[in-house]
Amino acid sequence: MKIHEYQGKELFAKYGVPVPKGGSAFDVESAVKVAESIGSWPVVVKAQIHAGGRGKGGGVKLAKNIDEARAHIKDILGMTLVTKQTGPKGRLVKRLLVEAGCNIERELYLGILPDRETGMHLIMASAAGGMEIEEVAEHSPEKIVKVYVDPSSGLLDFQAREVAVGLGLPAAATRQFLTMLKNLFRLYLDYDASMVEINPLVLTADNQVLALDAKIDVDSNSLYRHPDILEYRDVEEEDPHEVEAFKYDLAYIKLDGGNVGNLVNGAGLAMATMDAIKAAGAVPANFLDVGGGANAEKIANAFRILLSDSNIKGILINIFGGILRCDTLANGVVQAAKATELSVPLVVRMEGTNVEEGRRILAESGLKMTTATTLTDAAQKIAAAVK
Amino acid sequence: MSIFTKEPVRLIVQGITGKDGFFHTQKCAEYGTNVAGGVTPGKGGEKAGDWPIYNSVREARTATKANATMIFVPPAFAADAIMEAAEAGIELIVCITEGIPIMDMMRAKRFLADKKSRLIGPNCPGIITPGEYKIGIQPGFIHTPGGPIGVVSRSGTLTYESVYALTQAGYGQTTCVGIGGDPVNGTNFIDCLEAFNADAKTTGIVMVGEIGGNNEEKAAAYIKANIKKPVIGFIAGITAPPGRRMGHAGAIVSGNSGTGQGKLTAFRENGIVVCENLGELGAIAKRTFG
Repeated sequence: MKIHEYQGKELFAKYGVPVPKGGSAFDVESAVKVAESIGSWPVVVKAQIHAGGRGKGGGVKLAKNIDEARAHIKDILGMTLVTKQTGPKGRLVKRLLVEAGCNIERELYLGILPDRETGMHLIMASAAGGMEIEEVAEHSPEKIVKVYVDPSSGLLDFQAREVAVGLGLPAAATRQFLTMLKNLFRLYLDYDASMVEINPLVLTADNQVLALDAKIDVDSNSLYRHPDILEYRDVEEEDPHEVEAFKYDLAYIKLDGGNVGNLVNGAGLAMATMDAIKAAGAVPANFLDVGGGANAEKIANAFRILLSDSNIKGILINIFGGILRCDTLANGVVQAAKATELSVPLVVRMEGTNVEEGRRILAESGLKMTTATTLTDAAQKIAAAVK
Repeated sequence: MSIFTKEPVRLIVQGITGKDGFFHTQKCAEYGTNVAGGVTPGKGGEKAGDWPIYNSVREARTATKANATMIFVPPAFAADAIMEAAEAGIELIVCITEGIPIMDMMRAKRFLADKKSRLIGPNCPGIITPGEYKIGIQPGFIHTPGGPIGVVSRSGTLTYESVYALTQAGYGQTTCVGIGGDPVNGTNFIDCLEAFNADAKTTGIVMVGEIGGNNEEKAAAYIKANIKKPVIGFIAGITAPPGRRMGHAGAIVSGNSGTGQGKLTAFRENGIVVCENLGELGAIAKRTFG
């Protein structure tokens, strides 16, 4: 789960990772008050959305005095910010961070994440801050310092020093950096972060290190033990269909430009079903895994969420009954289709546990639908139906 | 005999008193697996059906001589359950639980590094040697005993889909392993490929991967260098958008790494027969395995 930059910086401040003086605001007058309270100029006005590339999109502006600050605040708050990560529709800016500008000597990159290949924590740092790390990795991988941290020993002093040396920090800034890195690592562990990233981490003219940005992504599987992170959740940054699906514990992802809704059990099979729809010449509108332990009610909710997407021209249901029995699925589909007055073509492909009973329930329901035998057959039938 | 087990399986179930745990314990026993008992802390001395319950894995192992465990413990306690089983000397640990925090799994994986236990999963359907035993949640009836094909997969239902296609095309299976959809897991593709290569009864391999990480690429290079048997490969998620986690915690394309196309290319370059459409697996199997 992603959180906003200003929320990340609140955590940074709590953990002793230095951030510029400032604060968040949701309306113009409070934002102006924050700008005044900083007590120095310039200040930076930053749009708070869950996407990168904000500066280039016009969502980050420097103000030299209160009038400029007010003008920028008015411009940015309420704007639709388009960046390369938001897609062409952009995001409406509803929250701002206003903070002190600083005298930048150097821009650095620092990130910590779990490394799936080794099962170790990986600290990545680079003297080429401000650029995207993926870009640095592609063009000049030698500029990235990588330090792997064993989960059983945690971050050791010499490893922290390796990072500092790798960044070529001046002696005057090293001690503060080491403290900052250890604090950041503690935060990363405490919050089960699947990524903490500071880009840029700056070295100021007076040899202070300061986090100008804060990106924290928390492992969704760990949210049960982080109620304070759940408080940070901003549902307006998420797709409304996905928010609805989250309530019913459904793994749902909206895909742009699709016309075929699909409902599948199992993540791998759901991906394979999307691929099959595409291969048959239609476009999948979503990823939806109802999971192994789904009951009729959950299936009905999943079905309702699919139908609430007005772009959908047809629905494909593909179930390989293992734990999820075909009769359970069939009952849920019948229940939901009747409640929602299904108006688009429906193709159902079922196989596995209790398949005969499932087919009987569907056949006797009087629902209009096409049945299919294999995944390919199902994909071709739905593609033909939405043409 | 299955890959990964030398002795006949004697299974215990951690979390046997849970609804899913008990249901699948019964299903495994019905399939022919030798289930010796279960573990639920605080319920030692009671029974789950006819099976004795123990308070700890160590106690269960001492009493039953169990050499394998199946874990249905909820995500918050599952990594601990894995480590408890390893500490007690259980040889084969199959963890079904989905949704374990990644940092818990990193700790567990490190803990297992100097133990002799093999972990399969987590977030997996389990392992089955058709006709002999199953440890997991697979629908047993879609499998065909006697081989000669080995199946290894990151997904659950996609494994069933592949196995069923093989069964319908007339191919039985030696062992089918679901290694799980999590980014940090116990057994990987290469472990299974190595075991299938060494298993005399296995003459061909089906490998089912998905987007995210680079384990398929590493496996492809390993196959070219070491595997003498024909391998068919499938990748799920070719059409998935980058940066989104597709259900499985491990299924995410980041930047240029983990893409489906990259994996298919790695398959082709290393002599793996690519199955682009799972509906054609049966036909491709006939061409490839004869």
